[in-house]
Amino acid sequence: MIEFVLNGRGRRVRVPPMKRLLDVLREDCSLPGTKEGCGEGECGACSVLLDGRTVCSCLVPVVQVRGARVVTVEGLDRGGRPSALQRAFIDLGAAQCGICTPGMLVTAAELLRHARGRVPSEEEVREALAGNLCRCTGYQKIVDAVRAAARGASRDGAAGTSGARAPGRSRAGTARAKRSRTARTKRSRRRG
Amino acid sequence: MRSALSTLEVVRPRSLDHALEALGRSVSGERLVPLAGGTDLFVYLNAGTPPGTRYLDLWGLRELRGIRVRDGGVRLGALTTFREIREHPVLGRRFPSLVAAAAEVGAWQIQNRATLAGNIANASPAGDSLPVLMAHDAKVDVRSARGAREVAFERLYRGYRELTVDADELITAVTLPFPPARSFPFFRKVGTRRAQSISKVVFSGLLALDRERRIAHVRLAYGSVAPVTLRARRAERALRGEPLAASVAARARAALAEDIAPIDDIRSSRDYRLAVAGNLLEQFLRAAAESRARR
Repeated sequence: MIEFVLNGRGRRVRVPPMKRLLDVLREDCSLPGTKEGCGEGECGACSVLLDGRTVCSCLVPVVQVRGARVVTVEGLDRGGRPSALQRAFIDLGAAQCGICTPGMLVTAAELLRHARGRVPSEEEVREALAGNLCRCTGYQKIVDAVRAAARGASRDGAAGTSGARAPGRSRAGTARAKRSRTARTKRSRRRG
Repeated sequence: MRSALSTLEVVRPRSLDHALEALGRSVSGERLVPLAGGTDLFVYLNAGTPPGTRYLDLWGLRELRGIRVRDGGVRLGALTTFREIREHPVLGRRFPSLVAAAAEVGAWQIQNRATLAGNIANASPAGDSLPVLMAHDAKVDVRSARGAREVAFERLYRGYRELTVDADELITAVTLPFPPARSFPFFRKVGTRRAQSISKVVFSGLLALDRERRIAHVRLAYGSVAPVTLRARRAERALRGEPLAASVAARARAALAEDIAPIDDIRSSRDYRLAVAGNLLEQFLRAAAESRARR
């Protein structure tokens, strides 16, 4: 029996130890949001957060998940409503065929959590998402959506992942984001 | 699920000693396959070519984790991930070429799981971190139930994907001495694209000048240009004791062609690799000269 925390709830599964986390999520936990793309850690379609870090669930044996926290795309919402990040993907048309979208959201959620209200640069977003391939090649809208979500999150304090947001973080985040906006404005003025 | 995976056995040791005992006992029968972050291993498993049916899960062993800064250098536990390397402040200051290499191993998903010892033990001639370890004169701690020993990284590979580590031994840590004062480190990986590619040529250099501005210390380490990661010793000899000048760089480049033995394969061609390896050497020497001029 392997126990872990899945999208904030305790979960027990009785499965072979080397079964891939990807298959456990889809087959044993009825969470088909996580997709299988390449099955060799190149495409990122199967990305999930493992103890807060994005990983390819096709490369993780479930035995190594014992006691860990797993967040899938199904766990990114906020009480049944889309997170700021998910909202931005919808609003900006950051999904075409949709196969890469769960993995993109998961990795972007880690990026936004680390950014803590700061708006990551386009280059930072592209570097963070380098392990998530979009076969429709709709990268620009995805990058735009992640940055838009960061700007939104810095206004209302809604980060990308569900739960466990420290109180008071949002206000600090807003202040930081304001500073970074000011800095950006100054930079662009200098360039102009 | 992949049906083959359901038949695989996993041993989960409570401690390093327990792991070494289990590994040692397994050698007489079917050897346990060490499993760390799984980023290389699961590629084989998912492709239906498992390297064994019994695995030794090292992931939970605290003794193999952690980066410790000591007087003469740093000691990285075998399970140190590339993400941990990227985020470590002392490594960022003292070993920037290692941090640069860590940032180019796959992407975040891989860096969050892939381990330094896994990169070493997988023994691919294209391993991204390996030239950096070689350029820094790394030492590898190896242990078995019989005892512990230290192997110079340079002597770790016997041939293509073949280590001088015995079947009952595990890599437990990697030690890097701090480089000489005011030395210039360099890393560059050339692949088909910037992210998520396996290298055509991967290079790491380290160089320090003496008071007369002559090269006192130099290491040139290459991957993907021979069956194993190697030092370009002839090119190093062409540089040692010489000033950082274009004519010296040209002589080193000519010597380099005798050091390396690139081949045509799916990722690149022999000729391209030769040209790129030479270009990287010159880029390294130019960058070192510019960095010197700025000081």
